[in-house]
Amino acid sequence: MSETLRSARLRAVPTRAYAWTAAGLVLAVLPFYLDRFWLQAGLFAMAAALGALGINLLTGATGQLSMGHAFFLAVGAYGYCAFAGDGTDGLAGLGLPGWLAAVLAVALAGLAGGVFSPIAGRLRGAYLGIATLALIFIGQHVLFNAHDLTGGYNGRAVPPLTLFGLTFDDSELLVAQVPFGAVEKLWYLGLALLLGGVLFARGVLRGRPGRAMNAIRDHRIAAGVMGIPVARHRAAVFVLSSMYAGLAGVLLALVFQRTVPEYFGMALSLEYLAMIVIGGLGSVAGAVAGAVFVSLLPQLLTRYSDALPLVSAPGTGGIAPGEAARYLYGAAVVAVVLFLPGGLVRLAARTPETPKSTEPSGEAR
Amino acid sequence: MSTFAEFLINGVSLGSIYALIALGFVVIFRATEVVNFAHASLLLAGGYVTAVLHDDIGFWPALLAGVAGAALVGAAVEFLVMRRHRGGDHSVLAIVTIGVDILLATELTRRIGTDILALGDPWGDAVVTVGPVTIAETRIAALLAAALLITAFLLAFRYTSWGVAMRAAAERQETAALMGIRLGRVSLGAWAVAGGLAAVAALFLTVFPTPGLERATSLAALKAFPAAILGGLDSTTGALVGGLLVGVTESLATGYQGDLAFLGRGIGDLAPYLVMVAVLLIRPAGLFGTKEPARV
Repeated sequence: MSETLRSARLRAVPTRAYAWTAAGLVLAVLPFYLDRFWLQAGLFAMAAALGALGINLLTGATGQLSMGHAFFLAVGAYGYCAFAGDGTDGLAGLGLPGWLAAVLAVALAGLAGGVFSPIAGRLRGAYLGIATLALIFIGQHVLFNAHDLTGGYNGRAVPPLTLFGLTFDDSELLVAQVPFGAVEKLWYLGLALLLGGVLFARGVLRGRPGRAMNAIRDHRIAAGVMGIPVARHRAAVFVLSSMYAGLAGVLLALVFQRTVPEYFGMALSLEYLAMIVIGGLGSVAGAVAGAVFVSLLPQLLTRYSDALPLVSAPGTGGIAPGEAARYLYGAAVVAVVLFLPGGLVRLAARTPETPKSTEPSGEAR
Repeated sequence: MSTFAEFLINGVSLGSIYALIALGFVVIFRATEVVNFAHASLLLAGGYVTAVLHDDIGFWPALLAGVAGAALVGAAVEFLVMRRHRGGDHSVLAIVTIGVDILLATELTRRIGTDILALGDPWGDAVVTVGPVTIAETRIAALLAAALLITAFLLAFRYTSWGVAMRAAAERQETAALMGIRLGRVSLGAWAVAGGLAAVAALFLTVFPTPGLERATSLAALKAFPAAILGGLDSTTGALVGGLLVGVTESLATGYQGDLAFLGRGIGDLAPYLVMVAVLLIRPAGLFGTKEPARV
C-alpha cells in the first residue's frame, strides 16, 4: 500500500513539474507570436488575477464579504499616477521614479485598507458587505471631485514605468526581429508579478495564517477560543487584500495608460466577486481561473461578435458583446453556486474533496 | 426657515420611499436570512413595466401591473434560484443574489438604454403652497402612499395568519416548519411582497422632480441598503427609522450643497453612506438590530 503510494507520488511530481515548465515556456514566448489585442487581453487577465487573489484571501478564505474591492484598485492606480507623475499636466505629482511609485502605491492601498479596518473589524456578514459598498461611493465621489489629484471626469494619463533602465512604453525595441512595444514588455512584468502574487498567496493560505483564516471563516468564536487573535488576523487580511488590489490597480493603469474614475465603480467590485465565486472560493488557482474567465469573456465576444449568433457590435441594436459577457458571467455565478459548489477548480480536481473545505460557512449564522 | 422646512418635508417624503424599499429588504432577510443584493434590480423591473405599459392601459392599471410584475420577478427568483440551493449557507446565497442582480440589471439597462422613461403619473409638476412653504404634489403623494402601505404591511404582519407565519419562520425556521408552517410559501411570499413594495417605490423615485426612469435609478434604489443596515437588518422599525434618516440627510445635504461646496459636488448622494458608516462604528448591529448572541 505504502509502496504504491510512494511510487505514485514519485511519478506525479515530475509530471506536474513538466506541466508547469511547459506552461511557463508557452507564456514566455507568447509576445513573439500574438498581436497587441491578445497581449492586452492577457494583461487585463493578469491584473484581474492579482486583484482576485486579494479578494479571495479576504472573502473566500476568511469569509469577509467585501464589495469595495474596486476602491482599493482605484487607490493603487491613482496612487501610482500621483507618485510617478511629474506635474507637467497640471495635476499633482511627486515625480518619483516609477518603481518607487509602484511600491508606494501598493503601500498606500494597504494603508487605506488599514484605515478602514476599525469598521471592518467590527462588522460581519452582510453588514460588512454593505459597509464596504460605502467605500465605492466615497471613492467615486473623491475621484470625480478631487480634480488636482485625479483629473476629474477625464481621468489622468499614466506615466510609464522605468525599471533597471528599461522603459515600459511604446518606444521600439527589437527582440529577435519582433518589435517590442508597451504590451510586450509589460507582459513579462505582469507574468513576474502574477507569479510572485500566486506564490505569496499560496504560502499564506497553506501556512499558519491560512489555517487561522479558514478557522475564522468557519467559526469565528471557536477560532478565538483556540487562541487565534481574530481581530488582528481580520485586520491583517483586509490590509493584505487591499495591497493585492493596489498592485492590480497599478498594473491596470500601466496597461490602460489612462485612468478614468468611471471604471472603478460598483460593477467592477461585482466582477471581482463573480471571479472568485466562478473560480472557487478560497483557492489560489480558483482566483486565477475565475479572473481569466471573467476578464477574457468580453474581449473574446467582442473579437468574434461577427461569427457568434445573437451577439452584435455595440450600437447595432442587438446584444452588445459587453452585455452578452455580463449575462454569461451572471448566469455562471448562479450556476456555479447551485450546481458546482467549489467553482471551476473543483472541475479540475481529479479526486473530489469533501465540499466542506472550500465553502465558507458559519460567518452569517 | 421656510427653505429648511421644505428640505425637511422633501427629506421625510424621500425617506419614506427608502423605507418602503428597505422594508422589503428586511422582510426577505427575516423570512429567509438572505441578504438580497438584487433588490435594486427588482425595483428597476417594477418601474420598467409601469413605464412601458402606462401609454396603452392608463397609469393606475400600469402601476398595478408594475407591482404585480416586480412581485412576480421576486417570486421567480425565489422559486427558480434560491430554492434550488440546498446547502442552506446564507452567505453563499447572498452571493447568488449578486449573480441574479448582474443578470437582471444587465437585461433592464439594455432595454432602457440611454432613454429616460416617463411613468405617466397624474401629478406632473404641480405644487402645493402652504404659507411660505412650497411642496411638489408628488412628494405629498409619496409620503401618503408610503405611510399607507407601511401601516397596512405592519398590520398584516401583526394580525393576519400570513404575518404570523412570517414571524414564526423568522423566529426559528425548524420549529416553525414542525408547527406546520410551509417555509417555501413564506419565503415565496416575502420575495413577492418585497418586489411589490419596490415597484411602488420605483414610481416615486422617478416622478417629479427626478426626470424619469433611467439606468441611474438603480443607484438611487441602492441607498435603501444603508437605510436597512443602519436601522438593523432584522428590524422593521429599523427599516423605517433608517429610511427616514437617510432621506432627510440626503435632502439636507443636497439642499445646502452650496454651503458644503468644499466637500465637492454631489455630496447628497454620498451622505447616506457616511451616516451609515458613522452609525455602524458605534452600533455594529444597527440602531434597532438584535445583537446576535454568541453561541459556540
